[in-house]
Amino acid sequence: MFHIHCPYCDEWREEEEFHPRGQAHIARPEDPAGCSDEQWGDYLFFRDNPRGIHHELWVHAVGCRKFFNVTRHTQSYEILETYRIGERPRFTRDNPDGVVASAPESLDDSDIATAAQEVRA
Amino acid sequence: MSEAIERARTFDAFPDEGIPLESPLAWSFEHVGCPAPGTHSRVMMRERQHDHLILRGGAIVLDEAVRAVLGLSLPARPLELSQGERASLQWLSPDEWLAVLPQGDAFRVETALRSALGDASVAFSDVSAGQTVIELTGDDQALRELLMKSVVYDVHPRHFAVGKGVTTVLAKTSVILRRPDERRWELVVRRSFADYVYRWLLDAGEEFAIGVERDVTAGETT
Amino acid sequence: MSQPNRLDTGGLIDRSRPLRFTFNGKEYSGFHGDTLASALLANGVDVVNRSFKYSRPRGIVAAGAEEPNAVVQLGHTEAEQVPNVRATQQALFEGLTARSTNGWPNVQRDLMGTIGKLGGKLMPPGFYYKTFMAPASLWMTYERYIRKSAGLGRSPLERDPDIYDRINRHCEVLVIGAGPAGLAAALAASRSGARVILCDEQERFGGSLLDGQALLDDRPALQWVEQVLEELAANPEVTLLPRTTANGYHDHNFVTLHERRSEHLAHCAPRVEGRRQSRSRLHRVRAARVVLATGAHERPLVYAGNDVPGNLLCSAVSTYIRRYGVVPGKRLVVSTSNDDGYRAALDWLDAGREVVAVADARPAPDGELVEIARARGIRILPGSAVVEARGEQRVASARVATIDIDAFRVTGASETLDCDTLASSGGFSPVIHLASHTGTRPSWRDDLIAFVPNLPRGMLAAGAAGGTFGLAEVLAEGRDAGLEAASQAGFESAELILPAVASRRDGAAVALFQVPHEKPTLRAPKQFVDLQNDVTAAGIELATREGFESIEHVKRYTAMGFGTDQGKLGNINGMAIAARCLGRSIPEVGTTVFRPNYTPVTFGAIVGRYCGALFDPERYSALHQWHVEQGAEFEDVGQWKRPWYFPRTVNGKRETLHEAVMRECRAVREGVGILDASTLGKIDIQGPDAREFLGRIYTNKWAKLGVGKVRYGLMCKDDGMVMDDGTTSCLAEDHFLMTTTTGGAAGVLEWLELWHQTEWPELDVSFTSVTDHWATMTVTGPMARELMRELTEGIDLDREAFRFMDWREGKVAGVPARVFRISFTGELAYEINVQAHAAMHVWKALFAHGEKYDLTPYGTETMHVLRAEKGFIIAGQDTDGSVTPEDLGMQWAVGYDKPFSWVGQRALTRSDTARQDRKQLVGLKPRDPSVVLEEGAQIVLDPDHPIPMPMVGHVTSSYYSPTLETGFALAVVKGGHQRMGETVYLPCVDGKVHEAEIVSTIFLDPKGERQNV
Repeated sequence: MFHIHCPYCDEWREEEEFHPRGQAHIARPEDPAGCSDEQWGDYLFFRDNPRGIHHELWVHAVGCRKFFNVTRHTQSYEILETYRIGERPRFTRDNPDGVVASAPESLDDSDIATAAQEVRA
Repeated sequence: MSEAIERARTFDAFPDEGIPLESPLAWSFEHVGCPAPGTHSRVMMRERQHDHLILRGGAIVLDEAVRAVLGLSLPARPLELSQGERASLQWLSPDEWLAVLPQGDAFRVETALRSALGDASVAFSDVSAGQTVIELTGDDQALRELLMKSVVYDVHPRHFAVGKGVTTVLAKTSVILRRPDERRWELVVRRSFADYVYRWLLDAGEEFAIGVERDVTAGETT
Repeated sequence: MSQPNRLDTGGLIDRSRPLRFTFNGKEYSGFHGDTLASALLANGVDVVNRSFKYSRPRGIVAAGAEEPNAVVQLGHTEAEQVPNVRATQQALFEGLTARSTNGWPNVQRDLMGTIGKLGGKLMPPGFYYKTFMAPASLWMTYERYIRKSAGLGRSPLERDPDIYDRINRHCEVLVIGAGPAGLAAALAASRSGARVILCDEQERFGGSLLDGQALLDDRPALQWVEQVLEELAANPEVTLLPRTTANGYHDHNFVTLHERRSEHLAHCAPRVEGRRQSRSRLHRVRAARVVLATGAHERPLVYAGNDVPGNLLCSAVSTYIRRYGVVPGKRLVVSTSNDDGYRAALDWLDAGREVVAVADARPAPDGELVEIARARGIRILPGSAVVEARGEQRVASARVATIDIDAFRVTGASETLDCDTLASSGGFSPVIHLASHTGTRPSWRDDLIAFVPNLPRGMLAAGAAGGTFGLAEVLAEGRDAGLEAASQAGFESAELILPAVASRRDGAAVALFQVPHEKPTLRAPKQFVDLQNDVTAAGIELATREGFESIEHVKRYTAMGFGTDQGKLGNINGMAIAARCLGRSIPEVGTTVFRPNYTPVTFGAIVGRYCGALFDPERYSALHQWHVEQGAEFEDVGQWKRPWYFPRTVNGKRETLHEAVMRECRAVREGVGILDASTLGKIDIQGPDAREFLGRIYTNKWAKLGVGKVRYGLMCKDDGMVMDDGTTSCLAEDHFLMTTTTGGAAGVLEWLELWHQTEWPELDVSFTSVTDHWATMTVTGPMARELMRELTEGIDLDREAFRFMDWREGKVAGVPARVFRISFTGELAYEINVQAHAAMHVWKALFAHGEKYDLTPYGTETMHVLRAEKGFIIAGQDTDGSVTPEDLGMQWAVGYDKPFSWVGQRALTRSDTARQDRKQLVGLKPRDPSVVLEEGAQIVLDPDHPIPMPMVGHVTSSYYSPTLETGFALAVVKGGHQRMGETVYLPCVDGKVHEAEIVSTIFLDPKGERQNV
């Protein structure tokens, strides 16, 4: 049972409130008519099934009804981050540790601790 | 014909006086029954009739108009609930708010907001008859346990302070759960699910000897 | 009633509160504070069950959740029956009734025991698979008898009188296990102000402190336990859950706890002030941090005859003596590989019974407990082990011999010792189940001779669960884990002073799992590894010889660690034996996966209150009460209850479905009918780009739909397949009201949001569900206008002023209403939307005025017949996600030249969707008009074709039409649009073959003249 941080409600919420909607960052081709059958078929039917870091589209269905993205490890089921539509993931297959030069928008343990402290205060 | 078109967006669906209205729980009170509150009752339940208006648009755009019309500031933070004397405003999503208003007031408020906002890109939807408010009062521990048996959201006062409202899962349906003040919890329930939620709360509340108070404004009014 | 094995003093039982109970029909007595197991032992009951496969007599082995044998069926009456209860976890109460789960006809005289005895050698692993496989058709018969004789408990045949519930909890620190580590952890964490939940599966908190002699600060440990519990209980942020087993550890620190709330009181939960209380409760806990303080289970040694009743774990012997004041025998032999085994011998001696000998596998044992035992005159046999226990229904003697562990052989002559109890200890295995429920594998530690958990993120281990055994170290680790867990969750607490503990000097243990026998394992008497599943060392060896090298395969072949046992006692021994046979090390062989649940959970607790009337939500329209009062029959449409038909009583006889539907259909075609259509999904769409959005999401054109107009729309997924349909009305240039199918409402709203939020955020449009706000009533039939005239204000109902596919606003029965001239029946129709609060008033007013027109309420069945006569599809019935608008023949609803490539357009020209031989929607007219084809019936072109016949399609909708006086159907047929007039055949289950003609989908009024009047 996942615990998911909704980037719009800015809270950790129970999986029951969410629906998964498959792989993230599947953009509809700009010019569908210009696509070959194969290209359109790829867009419609073909999805990654990686062992490791995977970006997924979820919706906070029983909540704010907003779609957002989740970076999840498909073996440990750990959720490394959630981010809004239009934002780029920090954790990727090429950058599994989420190393960034600039200040990242991260969701790790320190955030749980910070959130808890805020709650307490 | 042309008149109908101009008024299309701001259709006052609220019936004139004299038309009998049935709240979403009116029939439930009849066919399920209303356990009378007793000395052992640790939780009390009642239905509150209000109008409900959904506000869509940008927070900055809406805020001023809302202040002018309702005398309340628009909740800017996620999950925030502003409770006024006659109305409340709740954040539902970054571009969506719920106004709970006195019954019969939605059209006036909508019209006033529209006229205050002119051509701004906003939307209002009257859902007054589509949902109802179930109010729960009683002793803190019993209330909290009843909610814990029902909703997946964390209702600990540290996590769910007064002035907060969330949309979450209750049993196998969804509700808006709000804490307008220290004394009360409110469930905003969709009309078609109201009977189910009512039966659920009676069943889960049995160990707290839950009692139902028939609000004078609830049920059939004439 | 005497309790021969009960001591006069000692233990945590209350001898002033005797309790009577019944086991296998015989009455016994025990005391308050007993478990069923301790009470059975006190009464000298040796045989508590028959084993699963060989049907051998079995007795109590352990004192906790790891007990493999004493699994009982609880309950006095039929309705109270609870299967698979461990006697070691069941508190005794007055009137408790239990039976063995295994054993047929009974545990003393067992039919399968004979077979097991005779055929034991003939029942190798895989016996059932190999023997009963053929013929497969007989497996069901075999299985019934195997189950009956093997016994797996049985569910009650009557309704459970109890109620159950579930509760959602959130906390910062969940501490699992309330032994010394768990208590210290909970105490430390709680002082930070964090929310702490402490649960333990036993009746009382204290864990190992309940049956030890440990002193904390020079006082009995129980005083410290009481003191800690007092502080915890006074803290409002602490939740104490005794009798609560953490059964499943799930992702992101979600843990399910099974609390037995009244199982210790009675078979049925007692009422409180007349109100029902839940018998047990499932806690669904989301914890920021979990402290695993589940302790360790002692490993038995594997030797010949180790399953004869009277073979126990050393720790269980101590627990029964110290905690329950029960000595489970008279003459004890201990077989151990470590110092802990001596504890049982010393406790036995303290209880005034005879210790025959301690066989210690170590050549030169020298720990503190060994010294004490030696000083007290206990005979110690170094370098030895019990190689074989003998006895039938109870241990009668033990054969002891010196052994060479490394060479795995017996080195000396054996000595036979008379005894009735044999306690063994092979060391302790940390209880790591929860840590591996999400797939994490444990690591082997040679120094501990045990697997220790690799912890999932967010979990900390403390005490024996993590491989720490000394009491002082355990307490310190518990405290540190509690502080760390709270701190990680953002709560800091002050230093916690722990009580002082005298430490014990232990000698080193040796790794002994299976004790060698003079004969090779395959020929030696049975040496049991998994007592519950009757898995022997020979079975494991045979499995490895037959080529099963992976421990997961060995497990499946032998059934080791299956079922309710989950390998609590046997797994490590089994792996060690597999490793020996394969010539590998234990870490190389590895462990199998433990799965939830740790111990069985009653279905009631899983179901909670999701049963009976609360099984699933029932959604009601605002008119539901009227339908109920009219005696409507209802149909489930999604979660909605919709009137299916309204049977009338004619001449004292209630109409059948067919009769009612024929009458309702005629009323609509000839007079006027009314339908509650409130359940249709309604979505309020607003914004300057609303029109553009509709053009992209629907297949047809929306650019020119004027205010006051309504249009039918078809919605596809981007693969070109129809997903939903409905009408959308233009309320204003930037304001539309969309309707969806009843079942599709939520999905369509999410679909619109998906496209808006992820693909076209630049479009200024918003969507709000108004399904529940509006009640919708469809007044339809040739007389509809006359009826509407009587109640409508502000709308000119003349044909020219209010045309088909227009909407108008006015009042109906005094209530503000939007009225839509759309028709799903093919007749003149008005769909009235009013605010739901006033729906009943309007509905009743319509009937008050409708009486003279014989206004007839109709349900979904009539609606289906009427729409099918017109060839109107129902998305989800005539479509199934593989049907394009073209397959439906609905090219008229496809905007091929719209500027934006709407959702689904590109897919319509893919080679597969453009095929000519796709299944296409057609009408079917049975040659015999009295035939109503079966929905789902397969269609063939040649009924004489040998089986298997090529199937070219199937029936999607089929009804009898009173208007056409014939059965008729909609169907999808390969290339159907090109087959008009052809004959097809529908073979039925009963052997009949129906013949039908392919016709247009529109059976009635193809020009639409009836609806456009």
